[in-house]
Amino acid sequence: MDKNKTFNLSKTGLTRRTALKGLAAGAGLAMAPGFVRYSQAQSSAPIKIGFQSHRTGIGAAYGRWYEKTTAAAVKAINAAGGINGRQVEVIIEDDGTDPGRGAEVVGKFATQHKTDIVFGTLFSHVVIGSAPAAGENKMPYFVVSEGHHVASTKLNRYVFQPGITDVKSQIQSMAPWIAANAGKKVTQIFPDFAFGYDHRDYLPPALKAQGAEVIAQIAIPPTESSFTKYFPQIPAETEVIYHVMVGPAVLTFVKELGEFYGSNRPQLFGFMDSLEAVDINSPGLEFLDGSHFWEGSPRYAQADDSAAQKAYRAAVGIDDNGAAVGDPKDVSTASHMFGCWETLYVVKKAMEDAGYKGPEDRAKLVEATEALTAFAEGPEHPQGPKTFNGKIHQCFGIQNISKVEGGKLKVVHKTKIEDGLYEAEGDYTKQAL
Amino acid sequence: MHFGPHLLLAALEGLVTSAVLALTALGLSLVFGVMRVVNVAHGEFFMLGAVLAWAISTAISGHPALGFLAALVIAPLIVGAIALVAERLVLRRLNYNPEATIVATIGMLYIIQQLALSFYGPEARPVEPPFSYRILLPWFGYSGYKLSIIAASALLLTATWLVLTRTKVGLIMRATQYDSETAQAFGIAVGRVYGGVFALGAMLAAIAAVLIVPISQAHYLMGQDPLLLSFIVVIIGGLGSLRGTVVAAVLIGLSDGIISMFFSPTLAKIIATLLVAMVLVFRPQGLFGTASR
Repeated sequence: MDKNKTFNLSKTGLTRRTALKGLAAGAGLAMAPGFVRYSQAQSSAPIKIGFQSHRTGIGAAYGRWYEKTTAAAVKAINAAGGINGRQVEVIIEDDGTDPGRGAEVVGKFATQHKTDIVFGTLFSHVVIGSAPAAGENKMPYFVVSEGHHVASTKLNRYVFQPGITDVKSQIQSMAPWIAANAGKKVTQIFPDFAFGYDHRDYLPPALKAQGAEVIAQIAIPPTESSFTKYFPQIPAETEVIYHVMVGPAVLTFVKELGEFYGSNRPQLFGFMDSLEAVDINSPGLEFLDGSHFWEGSPRYAQADDSAAQKAYRAAVGIDDNGAAVGDPKDVSTASHMFGCWETLYVVKKAMEDAGYKGPEDRAKLVEATEALTAFAEGPEHPQGPKTFNGKIHQCFGIQNISKVEGGKLKVVHKTKIEDGLYEAEGDYTKQAL
Repeated sequence: MHFGPHLLLAALEGLVTSAVLALTALGLSLVFGVMRVVNVAHGEFFMLGAVLAWAISTAISGHPALGFLAALVIAPLIVGAIALVAERLVLRRLNYNPEATIVATIGMLYIIQQLALSFYGPEARPVEPPFSYRILLPWFGYSGYKLSIIAASALLLTATWLVLTRTKVGLIMRATQYDSETAQAFGIAVGRVYGGVFALGAMLAAIAAVLIVPISQAHYLMGQDPLLLSFIVVIIGGLGSLRGTVVAAVLIGLSDGIISMFFSPTLAKIIATLLVAMVLVFRPQGLFGTASR
C-alpha cells in the first residue's frame, strides 16, 4: 500500500491550450446578447433590487417565506407596469443569517450586481452587521427586521424600516393589555442577542408605566437546543411568562415549557416569533391553549379580514390557516413576511416621488423616502394603516393580540397607531448623504 | 425553586444529554479507533438520522409509537448504507490517509448538509414521541420519554460492549484496531472491516438522533453541536476506548446540565473546553486511552 500518497496538482494543471480555450469561451459569453441587452437603453433596463436573504442558517425558515412574499409582490408590481415604467428584477444572495456574510453580501450588491437598493433582511444582528457596509457604499438598505436598531438612529442614513413596526413600539402598545388582562408580575424569556435586548430593555419601563413589573429576565443563547435547564430560574410568584424566542428550536422551547408546568401554568404571553413557521397544532403544544400571542399580521384568516388582506393572502399563496396552499404542513411566517410586501410598495412610491432613474439617484431616493409620512390601508398595505417618521426611518402601525382557541389563533385585541408612538431618539436627516 | 429539586432537575437534564452524547461519541470513537479516520461528517449522520426519522414517522399513520419504532429501525439502516457508500467512494480511494480523510469528510459534511437543505428544507420539524407520559414530581413536571432515552441508551451501549468483547465480529474489529497490518496478515479483510465500522459509527449517531428527535426537532443544522461535543468527549475519554467514551459523556453531560443550570450555559462550554485542554496537556491519550505505540 502506498502510504505516502499525495495529491499531485501538476498532472491536472493548466496547459496553454486549455487556458486559451477558457479565454475564448469567456470572451464569447461576454459578447452574447444577454450581456449587452440593456447597455444602450438605460430607460428600459429593470430596476434591480438586491435581496439579502436568510436562505441558510438559523433564519432559513423566515428566508424562504420572505422570498415567496417578495416574489408575489414583485409579480404584482410588474403586472401593474413596474416602477416608473420599468420592470423590477430581484437578485437574491444568501447571507447565511450571519452578520459578517451580511456585510459582504451588501458589498457584493453594490460593486458586482450594481443593484439600485438592498432589501429584505430580518435578523437584527445581520442588519446591524450589514448597515455600515450599506452606509459606506451609499446604498439604500430597506430592512424588514422588527428590531429597534433602525429607529434608535444608531445606524446610518441609508437604512430604512418602512414596512414593519419596531419592538419598542410593539411593546409599548401592548403593555397596557398585558398588565390589565394577563398579570402584574412578569418573567421575561428572550434570545441573548440584539433582538432579545430590545425586549429586555423596553418591556420593564413599559410595564412599570402600567403598574406592573418585570420580576426576572432570562436570556437564552439563540442556538440553544434544550431549555428545561433555564426554567427553574422562573420565580414561583410569576403571574405571566413573556416569551419571545427565535431559531429552529422554538418548538422545543414551548414543548418543554409545557412539560415543566403542565396545566398548572402561569399566564403566557408570547411573541409569535416563538412559533413562526411552526404548526400551532404540533404534538406537545396543546398546553398553549388559552394563551396569548403578539402577531404582526394574523396567521389565521379572521372573520373581519379586509378585501386587501384576502387578496394579499391569495397572492402570496397561504390558506386560511396560514400554511402554503396545497401543503398544510408548510406553515408561513405570517407575522413578519407582510413587511416585505409593504416595504416594496414603499420603495415603489419613493422611487416614483424621486423620479428615480438609476444608482446616481440613490441620494434622491433616500430624501424621497424620508419625506413620506403615512401609508393608507389597502392592497399595498394589507396589514393596516401606518405612519412613517422620516427622521428615524421607522414606520408605526397597529399590533394584534391573538388568543389560542381550538387550535387556531383568534385576534382579540388590536392596538392603535398612537399607542406605539414614542419620542424620536435622534434624527437621521441631519447626517450627510 | 429550592436547591434539592433544582439539583435533581439539573442532574436529569444532564443525564439525558449524556445518554445521547455517549452514543454519538461512541460512533466517532470507533471510527477513529479502528480506522484512524477523523470523521468530521459524523454530526451530519446524526442529522440524517433525525431527518429520516421525521420522514418515516410522517409516512406511517396510526399510533405515533408505530412510526417511531419504524424510524428507530429503518433510519439507522439507511444512514449506515449511505455511510458505507461514502466510505467505498471516498475514504477507500484516499487509502484512509489521515490528512486527506479530514478534508474529504469536511466535504461530505457540506454535501450532506446542503442536500438536506435542498430536499428537506430549512424548517425544524417535530416527531411525535412514542408515548407522552408526564411524570409529576412535587416541584416540577418531567417528560417520561426523556427518562426512557437514558434507559435505551444504556441498553444500546451494553449491547455494543457485548458485541465488541464477546463476539467474533468484535474480536476482528479489535484486532484491526490493535494492528491492521498484522490483522491483514492473519487473513482479516481489513477493507471490509473498515467499511463495516464506518457504517456502524454512522448508525450509532443516527440511533442517538432518532432517540432525541421527539424532544428536539429535526433540522438541517442540528449536527454541529453533537459533533463538537463528541470530539470533546472522545478526546477526554481516550480515542477508541468504549469505557472512556461513556465516562467522559456522563461527565460532560452532567457538568453541562448542572453548571448551565446554576451558572450559565456559556460557562459550561468554557469548562468543557478547558477540560479538553487540560487532558491534552497532562494526559494526551485521554483518561482511559492507551498511549500510542
